[in-house]
Amino acid sequence: MARFVVRRLAGMVAVLFAVSVVVFFVFNVIPNSDPAERMAGKNATAALVENIEEDWSFDEPLPQQYLAMMGKVFTGELTSYEPEIPVNERIAEGIPATLSLAIGAAAIWMFFGILLGYLSAQRPHGWLDKLLGGISVAGISIPVFLLGPVLIYLLAEQLGLFPNGQYVGITEDPLDWAYHLVLPWLTVATLSIGFYSRVLRSNMLDAMDEDYVRTARAKGLSERQVLRRHVLRNSLIPIVTLFGLDFGATVAGTAIITESIFDLQGVGFYAAEAVGNLELPPIMGITLYGAFFVVLFNALVDVAYAYLDPRVRLGSEAR
Amino acid sequence: MAAGRFLRNRLALAFLGVFVLIVLFVLAAPLWAEHVAETGPNETHTLEKLAIDGEQRDVVTPEGRPIGPVWFDAGGKFFLGADSRLGRDEMVRLMYGGRTSLLIGIASAAITTALAVLLALLAGYYRGWVDALIARTLDVIWSLPALLLGIALGVSLAVGGLKLGPIELSGGSLWVPVLIITVVSIPYVARPLRGEVLALTRKEFIEAAVAQGAGPLRVMLREILPNLSSTIIVFFTLTIANNLLLEAGLSFLGAGVQPPNSSWGTMISVGEELLKTAPLLAIVPGAMIALTVLALNIVGDGLRDALNPRAKIRLEAHAGRVEPEGAAV
Repeated sequence: MARFVVRRLAGMVAVLFAVSVVVFFVFNVIPNSDPAERMAGKNATAALVENIEEDWSFDEPLPQQYLAMMGKVFTGELTSYEPEIPVNERIAEGIPATLSLAIGAAAIWMFFGILLGYLSAQRPHGWLDKLLGGISVAGISIPVFLLGPVLIYLLAEQLGLFPNGQYVGITEDPLDWAYHLVLPWLTVATLSIGFYSRVLRSNMLDAMDEDYVRTARAKGLSERQVLRRHVLRNSLIPIVTLFGLDFGATVAGTAIITESIFDLQGVGFYAAEAVGNLELPPIMGITLYGAFFVVLFNALVDVAYAYLDPRVRLGSEAR
Repeated sequence: MAAGRFLRNRLALAFLGVFVLIVLFVLAAPLWAEHVAETGPNETHTLEKLAIDGEQRDVVTPEGRPIGPVWFDAGGKFFLGADSRLGRDEMVRLMYGGRTSLLIGIASAAITTALAVLLALLAGYYRGWVDALIARTLDVIWSLPALLLGIALGVSLAVGGLKLGPIELSGGSLWVPVLIITVVSIPYVARPLRGEVLALTRKEFIEAAVAQGAGPLRVMLREILPNLSSTIIVFFTLTIANNLLLEAGLSFLGAGVQPPNSSWGTMISVGEELLKTAPLLAIVPGAMIALTVLALNIVGDGLRDALNPRAKIRLEAHAGRVEPEGAAV
């Protein structure tokens, strides 16, 4: 286990380095206009551009430029230039809203995804399976930029059941916090509920043909015990890996669009705002931190996975 | 045989029809613009009035509210109303925006698939350091969140365009989003294809071809490539759907299609500001994207079932761009 963890973490560091080089190339090296002018923003003064050129070492060789960029990112000196606001501060302010959105949505999609998948697998091709299958396909096909506006219009504007977005801190008023987040949570979760229930169903149907399930039946367990203790448990393992990938992707992907639709003042909202103003430094910071978070989270999930399923770590050591 | 299987799949056939209708719809844009709406996608009508049932109505009210859908009451003009305080014809914009969206989706999917096949053939045939270089590069792109990488590239290129040797693109060019989406989506196609090529090169018929003196090009193009064709067709279809979604997400945030061009994604972000008073402005382009993506996914699933019933071909799940296995029940 220790060897697996060390190897996985070493691989992670290599990927993190490669990812930071890609981001460096995207912002500093892509051959187009003067990087200092791009970095300065739309209506920058000549003095500011010169300052940035100096500050980011744009007239020095690429390795120095890379070190200058990483130095700024890790010491928290990254700022947007017009107006001058430290990027790290804005990101830190946005983290509570972004995590509230992602964690709440993840809890909803895991709960309903597993529930619907489990119910579907009870009687494959029965009426309930067909009904849930139809609902899942519909859920998978609705992108957030359609579901979000539809929910806002119907449930917030027309019926007035829920507030139209906006973030309320959990420490201010936990009830109001959840109340404001119900629609964004549903928007993010719907696609994954459909997807996870389908994956779990197909995993469970595959597992039902396995020898250990026949053994469990043969030793006289009830059908319900067989399904819960043997089939469901084993079918949940791949769901853990999938969750690792999807949670990171939600924080660094779906959340950006959803926050912007619902005016949740999170990191994604900040990113969308920076895109609107074509400000590069915030986007550089968010891309790097977001990629780091995703890579780190995936590594942690892999370690957890190896802990749950010995075949993974043994398989990789045998190789 | 495969064609027969596909033709028996009524669901896939019906949605192929839906997709063809969508393509015809966007291709008809100039006809509708010229003969029915009598305006272009970017022409503003802020101060104009519209005669409806003998009544003169503002295209944009003095408070800045655009007119809602008037269907055929004004002879097809402003069929879906006006888009914003600029008073542009929403129906014309929907048709032209769809052209942009589909063009970017199909062009980027074609380039992605072609490059992915090339990389997979090289990596799978030569193995060794060629494979290591290609596979590791794909891994790094894959580990970056797709939307964030797209945003980073989108903003960086939108500000300055691209000057690379003979290639010179301005920031507003439609090739910029095509390029971005191609870069971001390559690993999702190339990684599974590479695995398939690696498996194929271990088969006896490749050994036989090599023993007969076939060179690398011949083995790759005449022996391996034909065996990939059904996978390629399915991936191409599914990649169009995924790239449409990515384009819409990027354009919605402002990192994709740049004005004056517009796509369904940019239309949603314009319409979203008027969600309270004119919900259709955001919902109609969103529904068009959803319908197109649904149709392509079902056609892709149908093709997969028809071409190779046993194979589990799917795009790798990541970055919220997941392709459900057997989603079309």
